[in-house]
Amino acid sequence: MAKRADILATLTAPLIRQNPVTLQILGICSALAVTTSLATAVTMSVSLTVVLTLSAVIISLIRRHLPDTIRLIVQIVIVASLVIVIDQILQAYLAEISRALSIYVSLITTNCLVLGRTEAFARHNPPLPAAVDAFGNGVGYSVILIVLGGIRELFGRGQLFGWQVLPLADAGGWFTPLSLMLLAPSAFFLLGGVVWAVRSLLPEQAEAPEHVPPTTVRAAE
Amino acid sequence: MADTDRNPWRRFLALPNESRTKTLAMAFMVSAACALMVSGATVLLRPIQAANRAAEEQARIESLVRGVPGMADLLEQSGGSLSTVVIALEDGRAAEDATAATLDATLADTQNWTTLEQGADLAGLGQRPDYAQIFLLRQGEAISLVLLPMTGQGYGGRIDAILAIESDMNTVAGIAITQHSETPGLGGRIEDPSWQASFPGTQLHDDAGNLRFATARGEASGIHQVDGITGATRTTRGISNMVNFWLGPDGYGPLLRAIERGEF
Repeated sequence: MAKRADILATLTAPLIRQNPVTLQILGICSALAVTTSLATAVTMSVSLTVVLTLSAVIISLIRRHLPDTIRLIVQIVIVASLVIVIDQILQAYLAEISRALSIYVSLITTNCLVLGRTEAFARHNPPLPAAVDAFGNGVGYSVILIVLGGIRELFGRGQLFGWQVLPLADAGGWFTPLSLMLLAPSAFFLLGGVVWAVRSLLPEQAEAPEHVPPTTVRAAE
Repeated sequence: MADTDRNPWRRFLALPNESRTKTLAMAFMVSAACALMVSGATVLLRPIQAANRAAEEQARIESLVRGVPGMADLLEQSGGSLSTVVIALEDGRAAEDATAATLDATLADTQNWTTLEQGADLAGLGQRPDYAQIFLLRQGEAISLVLLPMTGQGYGGRIDAILAIESDMNTVAGIAITQHSETPGLGGRIEDPSWQASFPGTQLHDDAGNLRFATARGEASGIHQVDGITGATRTTRGISNMVNFWLGPDGYGPLLRAIERGEF
């Protein structure tokens, strides 16, 4: 019973409380680059979650026989191979979206999130908890990506998944698209806003200020 | 447990992780497994990816040709599906050692160009490529339209055009000028749809099979002529020379005969 609760905690912790993107600020380059539309954000999220879970399981399986000297290389090789396989599958079955994601699928290899989870968790835990933890982190990443992708597509184009939700002013509606939403800076603003919102709700996530201003101010001699 | 010790696999796994043998063996096994996985995925999925790329290429060609002013309507009227083929100009057959994807690289090699002799060089090109990409519009299996890219020398510089010929390989269906640097208002009028309108219906060959295409001075007189442009004699002559060269023996002549023989 306790074990099941453990697994549930491993699964749900990364969703918001330990979210890899908003708390640990990991893997944000891809989060910023592929969130111009929901379709690419969802594809990227699924790809990352699959790669993360599979690599966590594989590394967890061989964790007892992983020489310490080459463990990082071994992990990267496994992650990179999985990424290539996923990329090939996307190119074969989702050619359009694969073109839109261009290099970012291959860059999952260097996503700190993947190596972070395999190095920090999968290397020390049996396959099942490792898989659950990886999947939870993948979903946590996906939630942020999908939220950002949804906001950016909705306000940048007035669409969701390519469906016109808000009638455009050009086509006789009332909505004027905010082109800024489709540019990279907007992803920073939105991500910053999300991080702020999460930390206001969960104050324990806020980092201690690095510098405390003195309470009494005295003029320098 | 002497039994397990004799099993080399168990003995290997029991080695300390830091031993050199185990490190090397692990590195080798992980790389081998990953190599197998990656090559397996690539080989299995290649046919599907190739089909995707072909479809993309097709869409690209179609948008390329439809983007040329005047060609879109022509394609609309004729209907059918557009395909592309790289041909060797020498014998007018589909090229064996060049494809649409490699054509640019092939033509970057000067060996794949033929220097033209003074008398044969009607269009003033100096040399011509050995390979060319042409477009075929098919209805079912039959060719309904052939689009031939050609290059000539005008008054101001090079003229690039696409000439469309109907399935009888004799009737012009239309022309599109893709690039030119002629004087605006004079030679530049080759861009005008009103001038290009005199092309459709023009017969290229006479009954004896001789190439008779020409630009007239002023209004066209006869089925082999198109209108000239007043004040742009050299441009119109350039167009005439271009068509005559490219449909002649050094240009697409062999191709047109091959299509007539039904080789495409």
